[in-house]
Amino acid sequence: MSDNARALNRFGLGARLGEPIPGDPRRWLNDQITQFAPRPEQIANALTTPQLIALLRESRDEKEQLKAAAQASGADPKAMKQANRAAGMPAPYADLRGAYIAAVGIRTQVALTTTTPFAERLVHFWSNHFAVSVDKIVTLGLAGAFEFEAIRPNIMGKFGDLLLAAERHPAMLLYLDQAQSIGPGSPLGARAAQRGKVRGINENLAREIMELHTLGVRSGYSQADVTEFARALTGWTVGGLAKQPALQGPGPQFWFAAPVHEPGARTVLGQSYAAAGEAQAQAVLADLAVHPATARHLATKLARHFAADDPPPALVTRLEQSFLKTGGDLPALYRVLIDSPEVWQAAPKFRTPWEWTVAALRATGAHDVPAKSAANSLQQLGQQVWKPGSPAGYDDIAASWAGPDALYRRVELAQRIAERSAQTIDARALGAALFPGELSPATAQTMARAESGPQALALLLASPEMMRR
Amino acid sequence: MLIGRRQMLAAAGAATTAALFAPRIAFARAATERRLVFIIQRGAADGLATLAPTGDPAYAGLRGDLAADLLDQPKLGGMFALHPALAQLGALYAGKQALFAHAVASPYRDRSHFDGQNVLETGGALPYDRPDGWLNRLLTLLPASSARGLAVSATIPTALRGAVQVASYAPTALPDASGDLLQRVAALYAADPQLHGLWQEALQTRAMAAGFDSGGAKGGTAAGALIASLMAGAQGARVVMAETNGWDTHSGQRGRLAAQLTGLDALIASLRDKLGPAWADTLVVIATEFGRTAAANGTGGTDHGTGSLAMLAGGTVLGGRIISDWPGLNAASLYENRDLKPTTSLDAVIGGAVAAHFTLDPAIVVPRLFPGSSSSSAAALSLIGG
Repeated sequence: MSDNARALNRFGLGARLGEPIPGDPRRWLNDQITQFAPRPEQIANALTTPQLIALLRESRDEKEQLKAAAQASGADPKAMKQANRAAGMPAPYADLRGAYIAAVGIRTQVALTTTTPFAERLVHFWSNHFAVSVDKIVTLGLAGAFEFEAIRPNIMGKFGDLLLAAERHPAMLLYLDQAQSIGPGSPLGARAAQRGKVRGINENLAREIMELHTLGVRSGYSQADVTEFARALTGWTVGGLAKQPALQGPGPQFWFAAPVHEPGARTVLGQSYAAAGEAQAQAVLADLAVHPATARHLATKLARHFAADDPPPALVTRLEQSFLKTGGDLPALYRVLIDSPEVWQAAPKFRTPWEWTVAALRATGAHDVPAKSAANSLQQLGQQVWKPGSPAGYDDIAASWAGPDALYRRVELAQRIAERSAQTIDARALGAALFPGELSPATAQTMARAESGPQALALLLASPEMMRR
Repeated sequence: MLIGRRQMLAAAGAATTAALFAPRIAFARAATERRLVFIIQRGAADGLATLAPTGDPAYAGLRGDLAADLLDQPKLGGMFALHPALAQLGALYAGKQALFAHAVASPYRDRSHFDGQNVLETGGALPYDRPDGWLNRLLTLLPASSARGLAVSATIPTALRGAVQVASYAPTALPDASGDLLQRVAALYAADPQLHGLWQEALQTRAMAAGFDSGGAKGGTAAGALIASLMAGAQGARVVMAETNGWDTHSGQRGRLAAQLTGLDALIASLRDKLGPAWADTLVVIATEFGRTAAANGTGGTDHGTGSLAMLAGGTVLGGRIISDWPGLNAASLYENRDLKPTTSLDAVIGGAVAAHFTLDPAIVVPRLFPGSSSSSAAALSLIGG
């Protein structure tokens, strides 16, 4: 693959119709590190986390009222729900679903119009690394805000800052149950114990931070480390959401709830952390952020994303060393990627449904796809936005995406996109611009023989070149 | 009923922000009773198999097996045999409501689909010479109250683009990828082991699934009914364009063309039936960007050619005739030694018919719609009744 084709497709999100081919591909990529706009106009207008939590609270209350009303009247809750729907009443969580769709639309529009597609790819990468999946109702509305507020502003700084922002965001605290975790020895935990109630720790977030966000699975931490970290994390919750008066707190936003924080010093990975309230877990996170296992884990994921499903060991080592040397400086990692021959020379990677859809739409010059259509298309293609179904995020290997029906659906969508694109697009010329010096004779010939302009465009969007990056 | 299910979007703004997956419709202004349907056959339909010059001594030899369905067909006008899949169109011809113009061509003389369709749709002399299309310019000549144009597709095709705002409509059900596209995708993936394997498997699975609609008569009937519904009533569209794909028969032409023509025939019949009394005020123009080679190729098909066939049907057509200054198919008569030589201007046929249909002056209308045409003999053709 030529350097230009690689810069546009492997590093970027695919060429945009009518945009010039970068003159110096490496410089074009490097410049994006400083040119990246964390808060473009569309995002500045998006619903914020406090607004979304307020919606979540209202939806929750509304649902409980409906349930109570059903119980009071002796009606079957299911039948009542159907009757309400028939009467045109919105479902209790319709607003949150609407917020989700709108956020998908914003993410898509930014991806289609950005002038820094390499940086946007990094947003998608880190967002998936810190996945908050919308199959929980608490994350449905918040997933977009999480990416916009916690991920985007921090991808061009230190990994430790990105990590802290991600873990403190209400979407993460709710998704991985941290918001309900209570130290048994905390004032509130102790009071509950006196009344014979067992209130305790939820170690979900602590475990996933170690396993997925930082050190990586089987990297040497023990169950004791997870539990100790979970104790340190108690108190990290979301204010303005809980119903118990003692846990309401200021909000809606991140809140350190001192009444549920487990007192005492903690030992994680052999390191002792003195009692320090909110700062205790923050200190653990800061150490995890620069741990050698974290360096290895992140280097492997980045190398897999940019070079190959089986990451080249030399590239992993280079990234790892940069990470350790710079204390987790993310732009330094990105520069290693740009300077590494492995990334420029490896065989093309199979595009995920998101990557393919964005590339196909960019190729046709689309800039304003209806949010619902974007969300539906990604669902049909098998990669619903922000819904990987697990905190591990979506897979980043071909085996997960290259399936017969998945391919068929892409061809169907290629036809639809082509039919809805401007008829002035000359697919033959576009092919050369999308894949500079790379368009295969087979694709060029198949397009040239197409019976119409839209058909040629559909074939280009379905071509082997387009399926990979 | 179909109108009620349409999704409407406000006109200009919505149209430019390109609703990519959702169908959109943008209405123009609001009364001649005359209606025009332009059906484009994208991909270069084979006029020599649609209305076969079986009376030409060279025909059977040039066509070989491709002529098998045609040689026994009854001759119209002593020279031509209509493809057996076009039974309904044949009945219209017998009822003097269909007319064929053979060995026609637009001013375009190369063999690119894209460029050829552009010339056919813009009415220009050269590809991409003009930004607007002849159907849209026709709308500017109609009384404002009747200038309602509509494309039966998700986007506005070139022929309908221009100063007058027009509507577009495509059914909301997502269409299956066309069978023709699936074939081409197979070719696209032939040399790619990973995609080839996936694609074969996907097609096998799909073939096993029930209800795979291959178009044909069923598709044509539904399309005709849809078009008629969009033209119905006082506020219905008066100028409609419908696109048909799948005419590029480089291989397997006998079966594929028969299926294509079956669909087209069903569309016309369905349109006639559903329009009811309005059919008397309707003109249907069917044309393609260029024709196909006089001789069959080595893969059971034909390649891109030049002279082709145009068909007119409807209540206003002075039908039961074939307009043709037949050039002959002997070697010396072929265009560039391979194609049917064009002897009649397609622009003049379309322009003359449309002008007469809307009782406009052809001397003004034809140059306006087809500025790229050098022909000025349209008035002499007299294709349409008063």
